[in-house]
Amino acid sequence: MDKHTISVLVDNQSGVLVRVASLFSRRGFNIESLAVGATHDKEISRITVLTYCDQRELDQIASQLSKLVCVRAVQVLPPDKSISRELLLIKVKTGSERRTEVMLIATAFRAHILDVARETMTLELTGESSKISALIALMADFGILETMRTGIVALERDAGTIYHTLREE
Amino acid sequence: MKQTGTKIMVQSLLDHGVNMMFGFPGGTILPFYDELSGYGDRITHILTSHEQGAAHAADGYARVTGRAGVAVATSGPGSTNLVTGIATAYMDSVPLVVITGNVPCTLLGTDGFQEVDTTGITMPITKHNILVKDVNRLKESMDLAFTLAEEGRPGPVLVDVPKDVQTAACECCPAPKAPAPSGDEKALHQERVGRYEREFGPQLDEAAAMINEAKKPMILIGGGVVRSGASGQLLRLAELLNAPVSSSLMGLGAFPASHPLYVGNVGMHGNVVSNTLSGDCDLFIAIGTRFNDRIFGSLKDFLPAAKVLHIDIDRAEISKNVLAHRNLVGDAGVVMDALTGRLENVDRSAWTGEIAALKKENTRAFEKTEALDPPVMMRVLRDKIGDDATVVTDVGQHQMWVALHVPFEKPRKLVTSGGMGTMGFGLGAAIGAQVGLPGNKTVLVTGDGSFRMNCNELATVAHYNLPITIVLMNNRTLGMVRQWQTLFYDKRYYQTTLDRGPDFVKLADAYGVEGHRIDTLPQFEAQLEKAVNAGRPVLLDCRIDIDAKVSPMVGPGRPITDFVLK
Repeated sequence: MDKHTISVLVDNQSGVLVRVASLFSRRGFNIESLAVGATHDKEISRITVLTYCDQRELDQIASQLSKLVCVRAVQVLPPDKSISRELLLIKVKTGSERRTEVMLIATAFRAHILDVARETMTLELTGESSKISALIALMADFGILETMRTGIVALERDAGTIYHTLREE
Repeated sequence: MKQTGTKIMVQSLLDHGVNMMFGFPGGTILPFYDELSGYGDRITHILTSHEQGAAHAADGYARVTGRAGVAVATSGPGSTNLVTGIATAYMDSVPLVVITGNVPCTLLGTDGFQEVDTTGITMPITKHNILVKDVNRLKESMDLAFTLAEEGRPGPVLVDVPKDVQTAACECCPAPKAPAPSGDEKALHQERVGRYEREFGPQLDEAAAMINEAKKPMILIGGGVVRSGASGQLLRLAELLNAPVSSSLMGLGAFPASHPLYVGNVGMHGNVVSNTLSGDCDLFIAIGTRFNDRIFGSLKDFLPAAKVLHIDIDRAEISKNVLAHRNLVGDAGVVMDALTGRLENVDRSAWTGEIAALKKENTRAFEKTEALDPPVMMRVLRDKIGDDATVVTDVGQHQMWVALHVPFEKPRKLVTSGGMGTMGFGLGAAIGAQVGLPGNKTVLVTGDGSFRMNCNELATVAHYNLPITIVLMNNRTLGMVRQWQTLFYDKRYYQTTLDRGPDFVKLADAYGVEGHRIDTLPQFEAQLEKAVNAGRPVLLDCRIDIDAKVSPMVGPGRPITDFVLK
């Protein structure tokens, strides 16, 4: 079972996310992370799904997704030829005494400090999932109040795009 | 000029050549029905007793005609009653256009009276569904529904139309699409074959090489061959290869049962020849079938000596269940035509000898006695109704007796719920099959368990005086479940014995349908002969033995050469 990233272009309409998500649950495919957002074309949204599966299952997922009427394109991102990022917001208990420590770690990670309060600090970090996880692990020592990860978003490197696989109308 | 939503809906039906539909009215679909009332000369609406009957009728209609069947219902219980019918069509890839009313847009999501999330409920059992909230999108939604239902791998498409969208009007209604050029079908097909060869040349070559190398090729056909109308291509391919042809339940009739190369059903209720050969062949060519578990039994023991070439129109079926070494994605007829030219004449006389010997060894003589022996009844049925009659079934033992013992020579002559296995499918489907091909004899073979589920449609059959012959295989039990209880549950017959009536002859009579009790084979022969020529519905309540079994049988999840009954 390997980690695979699948990009999906879908119609920007209500109910589309349900169709995609329910396909995964109905067919017993797992969703490790899911990110959805608009694209530069207002008619089309883009979904990035991270899933653990073998090659045969991956082909199944791609074929099944392609059958949905609301799906315009499906691209399995080549692991060695794609860029992926995740965004994290994390709120940590610092008190006044440990604020500096947290700031130092934030600097080392190139995380942004979004909010400083009397007892807490909120950081923003963008990076690969492993980097996000590393920061969360470090912050556990201080006391994590809440976190939000976006799930990974990814694009192919170089000139290649998902539009090469766009379904012909 | 402004047009109301209902006008747009009815006009769309006409644009798509609909002259027959099935349904049941109610509050939120009333505007549509009101509009439809003005088109009685062009569209016949069959009013069923229950929405489920309407869905099955539309399904039966689609299976015999090849065109999309149309079912209509109101919101809430109307649409949920359609659900089993939609799922049945979905599992067997039957084109349906299902129209439901819903509460006005302003009430959507408020738990209004008879409101249910119809599109949410039907999402996993439709090819696509559309909740139309804007009358301006209604025409394109209706068009899309017909296109999607019929193109590629067919399936049901549902259009949910809130009441206020039906009554709203819009200015700009796109002109009806010009009908598809009805040009030369043959030329069109040739063009498709040519395009396929250009696009998939290397894959075709590889598949052909695989076939040419095979010493013992075997073919399995499914519903895709029926849908594609590829019986001619299949016959050519099979004879060229000298390959035995086996069939799934859905493929029956696509290859003539009387052909020397035909070896019958494969799988759980496959016959001995098919199942044995599947263990022996070195290449398994699956065409238009999705390898249901009833076919493969135990996956790891299936096709121990064979490579698999899978031909299917749906890419997602390739290697879904059974790993395909090679595949060709496309319409069965197109692919077979593109493939056949690449095949060599290979001497496979040893293989055909093996097939013939195995067939001979396993040919069972059918002996006519007084008793109502189901396999014999099925042979009698075939003799009395001829090859062109439509045979509709419900689900259970009688369905398997039909599949095993009624030889089908032509496609689209068997209407049966294969994938979903819907008990209660038969009577509704028979209504659709009969009105779809009114000149054809239609026989429903059913069981007492299935028939009691939706026998309310006898009212429909009687009202429209549909000449359907109902052969009720009455064993006073849920026979197939009893068979499992006998074989796998130590004869603990719990909740399967139907020792409670009704008297089906009296029941038929109450609905105004002629009925006869049948206790012997001669009675069956005589009454069947009369019934199929009566020009009106007739029910034959055939009292068969409670312990009659479907044989052969392989236990669930077992290798298909491992018979519990032979």
